[in-house]
Amino acid sequence: MFLNIIILVALVLASLWTVMTRSLLRSGIGLALTSVILAIIMFRLASPLAAVFELSVCAGLISVLFVSVISLTQPYSQKEIIERMKLMLVRFRLLPFIILGLGLILLLIKVNFDLILPIPETERNVRNLLWNFRQLDLFGQIIILLAGAFAVVILFKEMRKNVR
Amino acid sequence: MYSALILKPFFCVLIMNMFLKGWAKKTALWVALLLSVAQIIFAIFPETYHQSSFIYVISNFFKFDLAADNITRVLLLCIGIVFFVTIILAKQMIKDDDRRFNFINLLLIIVSGLNGVVLVTDIFSLYVFLEIVAVGSFVLIAFNKEMLALEGAFKYIILSSVASIMMLTAIALLLLVSGSTSFSAISASLLYSTYNPLIMIAMITFICGLFIKAGLMPFHGWLPDAYTAAPGPVSVLLAGVVTKTVGVYTLMRIVISVFGLYLPIQKILMFVGASSIIFAALAALGQTDFKRMLSFSSISQVGYIVLGLGCGTTLGIAGALFHLFNHTIFKSLLFVNAATVEAQAGTRDMQKLGGLSAKMPITGFSSVLASLSAAGIPPLAGFWSKLIIVIALWLSGNYIYAIIAVMGSVLTLAYFLSLQRMVFFGKLREDLMNIKEGGLGFMIPTVLLAVITVGAGLAFPYLLNTFILPVSSIFGG
Repeated sequence: MFLNIIILVALVLASLWTVMTRSLLRSGIGLALTSVILAIIMFRLASPLAAVFELSVCAGLISVLFVSVISLTQPYSQKEIIERMKLMLVRFRLLPFIILGLGLILLLIKVNFDLILPIPETERNVRNLLWNFRQLDLFGQIIILLAGAFAVVILFKEMRKNVR
Repeated sequence: MYSALILKPFFCVLIMNMFLKGWAKKTALWVALLLSVAQIIFAIFPETYHQSSFIYVISNFFKFDLAADNITRVLLLCIGIVFFVTIILAKQMIKDDDRRFNFINLLLIIVSGLNGVVLVTDIFSLYVFLEIVAVGSFVLIAFNKEMLALEGAFKYIILSSVASIMMLTAIALLLLVSGSTSFSAISASLLYSTYNPLIMIAMITFICGLFIKAGLMPFHGWLPDAYTAAPGPVSVLLAGVVTKTVGVYTLMRIVISVFGLYLPIQKILMFVGASSIIFAALAALGQTDFKRMLSFSSISQVGYIVLGLGCGTTLGIAGALFHLFNHTIFKSLLFVNAATVEAQAGTRDMQKLGGLSAKMPITGFSSVLASLSAAGIPPLAGFWSKLIIVIALWLSGNYIYAIIAVMGSVLTLAYFLSLQRMVFFGKLREDLMNIKEGGLGFMIPTVLLAVITVGAGLAFPYLLNTFILPVSSIFGG
């Protein structure tokens, strides 16, 4: 229980760092770190398949994509970054209290949903699961990656070409 | 057979970019045009459709669980028509070969995603295809990389992500309850525990996510900015099919085939639909930007579709579906008109326009037709679909909502008359003396959509029995 709480707190801290840090690159690294912690949680919840995907796709592939796209952007000046940070701190000053409040409410209210849940499937061949049952989703994700690649070409590469 | 509708656009993009890029840059437009025509033919005559051996082999290799009924066919037809119109408009408006090639690629990806959304039978696959459309649309809105376009795209992607998170949370809860993500399994498991608080939370969260995607009031924050700032062909695509498919169709499909039309859901749908009709129409009255007025009008018209769906009767759903088709056509036509006016006059500000009908008769006349259809004036198609919705509401005892629907039509007529007066009627301004009608790329979509608007209205008695009422088959009837 204690270890779970530590991991969850680490997850919240990593997420906060991701959205509050000044540099886009650090933000990308923060996202990868958040994914790694989430993968640990998934392992502990006996979902190794989900954990492996989280680790390889979110912490790995997506981070590489982020870093490569960030390298195509023009960073803010130090002065602009500080001004934006100040604005962000003012805008989100109530957010931690709202999250804490919601957490406390959920802790205090003992909700009984009274549901008959099906027995979860734990043993399944990964290859069989992905290729025979979730083939359409895999295909869909390939299309999303392709759309992402075109996004980079249209929004960043064309812009660079115009600047030159 | 249906998998080809997803695979063909995707493989076209792959082949054009991997092997034949130089050649493809010149022919991409014609390839896309061919695909759009094939989709229209398939939607109207599915039994005459023959697959090439290559696609047949590929389709058999992939084991996609897809299905189509009458609602799906209507949506496939809408996607095909708007796809066709968007390509022709893109040829006219995007002059640079490289940029047009990138545009066509993204358009094909979006069409693949839209076809996936209407054909899937699994709620998680639905989510994946909704994301394909969201990513593609986001890039297309920002296509011109102007400040307003980037702002519109940013708002779209943020609110679309919020909707996605809500839907994903609901999917997780539904998976917990049913142990599967297929429509049939979820629907079967919900029969035993519909009024359980957790299920209600999942249903409402999912539906609210879809309200954001459909841009209904009060979830419409992204829509006017995105529609207004996007380039002409993208506005047509967004208003014509993207929000209709990812928001409205998905709402119809999920409510009818998965959740079931329970009373609390019906009440939510009717309330949100009626609010959208009235408040968006009032907001449209105060606009001076051509495309922004059309954006608010779009929200108001989608309200009718949701109101018809919320009514819950076969007649109400048939009316909603017919209005969805009509709205796709007349709103695409109005956005084509807006693109033509912007390209020729150099502005969308209606206060700087006036008397354009004298110089642009085809655009002016088609715009009047589309406006009258949107306002529900007989014998145009919009009149019949609104009439069906009002009758369905009245017969089901929802008298207040029926009156709101009629009042909404009066407001629609008011803001469209104001638009016509400011843009097309009156005295031609001095600085617009040299203006002329748009090129063939504007005229082909204009005439095509105007003919469908009039044709669907005049052929209503035939369409009622062959196209509209067979919608009851979705209930297994």
